[in-house]
Amino acid sequence: MILYDYILSPDAYKVRLMAALTGLKLELWAVDMHPGREHQSEPLLALNPAGSIPILVDGDLILTESAAMLVYLAKLAAPEWLGENDAADAARIQQWLSFSRRLTDHLGGARATEMLVEPGDLPSLQRAGTVDLREVEAALAERRIVGQCFLAADRATIADIACFPYVALAPDGGLSLDPYPSIRLWMRAIRMLPGFIEMPGIHRLHELKPEPVSDMPETV
Amino acid sequence: MTIGHHAMIDQWYPVALASQLPPEGRTTQLMGTAIRVLPGDPVRVVTGDGRDLRVTLRYGHVWTSLGEPSKDLFDIPEADQPGRRLVEVGVVRVRCSPLRAVENFLDIAHFPFVHTDILGAEPHTEVGKYDVEIREKEDEVWATKVQFYQPQAAKSATGGITTDYMYRVPAPTSTVLYKTCPARPGEWDVITLFVQPLTEELCDVWPWMALFDDETALTDLIHFQQMIFLQDRSILENQIPRLLPLDPGREIPTRADLTSVAYRRWLKRHQFTYGAQLVAQ
Repeated sequence: MILYDYILSPDAYKVRLMAALTGLKLELWAVDMHPGREHQSEPLLALNPAGSIPILVDGDLILTESAAMLVYLAKLAAPEWLGENDAADAARIQQWLSFSRRLTDHLGGARATEMLVEPGDLPSLQRAGTVDLREVEAALAERRIVGQCFLAADRATIADIACFPYVALAPDGGLSLDPYPSIRLWMRAIRMLPGFIEMPGIHRLHELKPEPVSDMPETV
Repeated sequence: MTIGHHAMIDQWYPVALASQLPPEGRTTQLMGTAIRVLPGDPVRVVTGDGRDLRVTLRYGHVWTSLGEPSKDLFDIPEADQPGRRLVEVGVVRVRCSPLRAVENFLDIAHFPFVHTDILGAEPHTEVGKYDVEIREKEDEVWATKVQFYQPQAAKSATGGITTDYMYRVPAPTSTVLYKTCPARPGEWDVITLFVQPLTEELCDVWPWMALFDDETALTDLIHFQQMIFLQDRSILENQIPRLLPLDPGREIPTRADLTSVAYRRWLKRHQFTYGAQLVAQ
């Protein structure tokens, strides 16, 4: 299974993260998006006319939407990540997968403009991104009231993985996460998942490491 | 903000990758002044009010100055050494002082915490003793005999090695790092950070490298450096105050910060204060 990958792409990171969490092995092909714009080159446009990264190729199957890749990896290796116990759960997950496209457009757009100096209307992207963040915050706050910390079920699902990277990287686009306590707790829960991997801008939880053992006696 | 004439006006700054200039040019700014970088032979840089600025092409980038540089752009002799691969990493914008971007690059102690399992790892967090000097003849800051244990020092490294480093600051917003070259012992890999000050609190950073590595794909080399720099970026954007303090105040340096101390002293000596906080607040 080949992932056409870019280390700074949050959409590509979703797929790498999902593979790591479910123990699947991906063959990574690095694409020089910035500064080389290789995703707009002939060979890659032949694979994906939309000219976006990531692209997942498994035999005859070519996927160009990260949400579909999450479904594929989960079905293959860890169906519990699909969380489809009842109609409402299944629908909620689809809702968040579709919603994640808004995050890509708004928070991802703000990030590309602010960080990689791509053309874009930063204030309007940030305004739209803020509306998205408030919606995620409100949903997670409601989940917390019923004692759950993930978006769509009583455990982490592909909905969380689809939404996590762009939300976590909102500060790259100039949007602070300080006003969103439920989002911050949710991000912490995701970063605590066994097998979690980081990407630039999303750091691991150092406090999960064992306390350093000192040779010095505690009292003298 | 308008700026008066000061020492940093007469320095050279990177403003574009020469290989990536779009046909319509690159519209950007330098120290608050709007400029356009225009492709052609020769490449031109013009200000909003139509003034042609001095231009030099070096290390893959277009360099310019708002003033009258008294010296040519600093030399990196290794850049012309045959067999090296020259890696253009591309631009990354950072909401921080251009001086802070350089200062962070000079810091070794953050490796295990920010570049975990790549440039450093717990519990190998100690920075050993190293030498720092302001070289009077060259008028540059140098740190030498720096050693650090690194799990994956470079894209071409397999497994952990103790890496030797030298740091050099030849201009207020440019810095050059020399490090152990895993592929060719006895030579140094060259990794630079060229910083374009947009304002005192905003900069475009152009990392660039000259490496001995015939194995690794160019894209992988670019991505390794982008990964490292983006890990730094989220830290840089959270530093308070945004300006680099030149007076000792709330920041308490330790022995590991000697390079930073020398850099700040050198900035102060030359009145390189664009992006600096002069009086501790």
